[in-house]
Amino acid sequence: LLGQCLELSVSAALKQGQITPIELCQKCLSLIKKTKFLNAYITVTEEVALKQAEESEKRYKNGQSLGDLDGIPVAVKDNFSTSGIETTCASNMLKGYVPPYNATVVQKLLDQGALLMGKTNLDEFAMGSGSTDGVFGPVKNPWSYSKQFREKRKQKPRGEKEDSNWLITGGSSGGSAAAVSAFTCFAALGSDTGGSTRNPAAHCGLVGVKPSYGLVSRHGLIPLVNSMDVPGILTRYVDDAAIVLGILAGHDPKDSTTVQDPVKPFVLPNLTDVSKLCIGIPKEYLVPELSSEVRSLWSKAADLFESEGAKVIDVSLPHTSYSIVCYHVLCTSEVASNMARFDGLEYGHRCDIDVSTEAMYAATRREGFNDVVRGRILSGNFFLLKENYENYFIKAQKVRRLIANDFVNVFNSGVDVLLTPTTLSEAVPYLEFIKEDNRTRSAQDDIFTQAVNMAGLPAVSIPVALSKHGLPIGLQFIGRAFCDQQLLTIAKWFEKQVQFPVIQLQELLNDCSSILENEKLASVSLKQ
Amino acid sequence: MAAPVLRWGCPGTCRAIAWVYGVPRRRRGAWTGSTSSWIRGQSSLAQEPLHTSRKPRKGEHKWAAVVGLEIHAQISSNSKLFSGSQVCFAAPPNSLVSFFDASLPGTLPVLNRRCVEAAVMTGLALNCHINKKSLFDRKHYFYADLPAGYQITQQRLPIAVNGSLTYGICVGKRRSQVTTRTVRVKQIQLEQDSGKSLHDDLRSQTLVDLNRAGIGLLELVLEPDLSCGEEAATAVRELQLILQALGTSQANMAEGQLRVDANVSVHHPGEPLGVRTEVKNLNSIRFLAKAIDYEIQRQIKELENGGEILNETTLTTARFMPEPNLPPLLLYDTTSLPAGADSQQVINVDQIRERLPELPSVTRERLIQQYGMLPEHSFTLLNEVGLLEFFQNVIKETRAEPKKVTSWVLNTFLGYLKLQNLAVRERPRQQHVELVFEELWKNEGKTPAQIVSEKKLELMQDQEALEQLCRSVMQGHPEVVMDVKKGNPRAINRLIGLVRKATLGRADPAVIKAILEKQLSCHDSSCPPA
Repeated sequence: LLGQCLELSVSAALKQGQITPIELCQKCLSLIKKTKFLNAYITVTEEVALKQAEESEKRYKNGQSLGDLDGIPVAVKDNFSTSGIETTCASNMLKGYVPPYNATVVQKLLDQGALLMGKTNLDEFAMGSGSTDGVFGPVKNPWSYSKQFREKRKQKPRGEKEDSNWLITGGSSGGSAAAVSAFTCFAALGSDTGGSTRNPAAHCGLVGVKPSYGLVSRHGLIPLVNSMDVPGILTRYVDDAAIVLGILAGHDPKDSTTVQDPVKPFVLPNLTDVSKLCIGIPKEYLVPELSSEVRSLWSKAADLFESEGAKVIDVSLPHTSYSIVCYHVLCTSEVASNMARFDGLEYGHRCDIDVSTEAMYAATRREGFNDVVRGRILSGNFFLLKENYENYFIKAQKVRRLIANDFVNVFNSGVDVLLTPTTLSEAVPYLEFIKEDNRTRSAQDDIFTQAVNMAGLPAVSIPVALSKHGLPIGLQFIGRAFCDQQLLTIAKWFEKQVQFPVIQLQELLNDCSSILENEKLASVSLKQ
Repeated sequence: MAAPVLRWGCPGTCRAIAWVYGVPRRRRGAWTGSTSSWIRGQSSLAQEPLHTSRKPRKGEHKWAAVVGLEIHAQISSNSKLFSGSQVCFAAPPNSLVSFFDASLPGTLPVLNRRCVEAAVMTGLALNCHINKKSLFDRKHYFYADLPAGYQITQQRLPIAVNGSLTYGICVGKRRSQVTTRTVRVKQIQLEQDSGKSLHDDLRSQTLVDLNRAGIGLLELVLEPDLSCGEEAATAVRELQLILQALGTSQANMAEGQLRVDANVSVHHPGEPLGVRTEVKNLNSIRFLAKAIDYEIQRQIKELENGGEILNETTLTTARFMPEPNLPPLLLYDTTSLPAGADSQQVINVDQIRERLPELPSVTRERLIQQYGMLPEHSFTLLNEVGLLEFFQNVIKETRAEPKKVTSWVLNTFLGYLKLQNLAVRERPRQQHVELVFEELWKNEGKTPAQIVSEKKLELMQDQEALEQLCRSVMQGHPEVVMDVKKGNPRAINRLIGLVRKATLGRADPAVIKAILEKQLSCHDSSCPPA
């Protein structure tokens, strides 16, 4: 069906001429229009995409395809710089800002012939866990309109407004997740600082990869926390994410924090035997707030590994509980520093006040940033004050080291990967989500994902099953630093075992005959 | 405007260049933004001082001054510290600005290897301990010419520490003897320069030029081991010579490649140090000496009158944070060099040590040994820009006894230049001088004047002939004349050069300039060009 539009199979279809890049591009553009109400995209780059599709089509005709991504529609979170294309970070501060250069990861996708469909929505400057706090409004989770979810809701009392109970995507890369989930593209770039790729991936039934810190260039990614940010990848299948990661990974002379060692291409083997694996279950991740459904799926997943012969052991990450508060200090400090450049002088928003430079700065920043961003800047500047630096920033750095060492100890004890939940529960309705403020929400929602960023480790969220409400639930695998390939190999095996159902959006898109044509693609798959 | 030339030691020729150097490290509290306020302690800002000196008792013993220096030297490098932008003085505003320099979001710093090598080389020349691991930090403050809102510097762990700078100072009744003194070098750190703000009060606007933003600086912190303006000036001059010998900085103060801030305090010997004030934004070594001495006298007078010294600069402190986009800077020596390391990726301190050129102190020692020169003469030879080279050329051209050459160069020649307010490079054509000296050596009883006249080497003073020459040069070079009229201030220098060439270097440039200006203005008013 729809979901079998594997990138790999689409690649094959393109290669065999069953569909052309222009046709594919047009199909996705038409889906973008039909799902506009999801608010997944801030900017749709129709002209750019069609032009790229034309070029791709020429290459295919001449037998000069650039590879697996040639002609494949992709989307990019709107905090990656795109040359000549507005890059807003969903903030008034950068409305109208058109970067003169491409982020390295964007350039790499384009160099492979990928078609850029547009820039996706997010929380302002990626600060949030719902994709609800951007200046362009919240992103709606496509699963709110899925057949699976709607059927379960039929029992609900009538009279309720049809659209009032839509679900959040999670965040902050919710636009990218919604874009892939609603079939408007085959892969999307997110960013992941505390879980911003894995969280929406879990809520939208997608694979969300957070690569090892230093494996993928951050040049052109507008930073949230430089020491934790990584470009993330959202796809429907692990193989697709591996293809994209293989293309993005590697040293970038423009990012001094990328590893120098050459990165081998990612080819994921089909794992048949997991009996030599050791899976760690961190006991600190079993928190009271964890929903019983997620808990039970987590436990089933562990059983699955065990029944296939893997060694499954309880492990301890004793400093986990300090992670959130530690993250808060480090994150806000770096935010205060990184946001200092937005002063209205060189680019971005500038207020009308011109009585003095200082007054201009103040008004520009007041108008440009939302409350969440301003709150973090304020906290961060407090932590960085000379008299507070030792008590907050230095201590947080030390705690961060302890958290990272927790993982080192566990992996040194022979554990190959850790298995954890990605989120506390399934996606919640928007109206429920906004009952709590951004900070509280972020603190709750990042609980399973954020220590990974502190430690720079690779992690992936894999969709496992639907909840009793018909909503996706994801589990997370955490790997050793720079063992991204091993991590994805295990995730791929797991993905195959759980057979997560494809989102059924036919009702939503019922007048979209082009979707049905996509069924043809299903018959052509590289996976035989 | 021609680039102003620093002429240390030529009284009356130092020009004050009014130029505001926004020095990033030091902006705190109220921004004064003008060269007239280089003595910060004098400010009458109504703020409670954090420290005050106790009042002196009448009839107490004499005062001692304590002076420490913070010196920013612009690294001589083709590109900036963290970006590939070109470095070039006096380029059109904002023409040398990369995306990183303008702090476009998402850009990252990439450390310039050349700047690291320059820092290591300077550290070695100043007897520093080179830290094999150093770190970068962000120093935050809001200012229009600091696009990122922070400066990348090395606050926690600088690249070089614990060095010393030895300089010679004139002592004795006739100040003719040289004795050496040493000032400790606390540290050398790599950091970014800021841009330049040009305040246009008339239109109440500030113009920002980012050409300088991100150029590599060496910040050298000297311990407060100095006691007067002269010591400070001499130490800075020695540093300048060292940097120039190393090639790590052109160290031209007038072009802002070397900027000096001084911390000054006075106290009674044996008692705790007094309250410091800052003397900053000075653009010549002579002014540095004068400003420090002035400030010392001011503080003494203030305290003796029962006043107190205020220091408002400690009231605000910048926020620091580690720079997360730059890994620690690791250096190696031959023993610690990792096996199979890519030489492009690692810096070997030992290799840089081997490449160290002859330092000024060694040059002086060589002069003393080789030519039997007095130490103070060796100092003068090095301190005057171009004089050493001139001396060596004369030595090469003559069979005269080195002592005689030394005496002639330092007394007759230099004395004559000083009388004429000329720098060494503006001397009459070198061959002429050497020729005259060679003739003199033949000892045929001729006076230099006779030789000059015989050999047609004298200054051309025939006004009419000069005017004629100027006219023909202007006619022969209408494009240069047009350039002058378009307002290019440098174009007239080209005309002067052409006229001097025509006179075989025998005419006084100042006279030529006067004639040219007269003829040009005549051109303007009544003789429009065809």
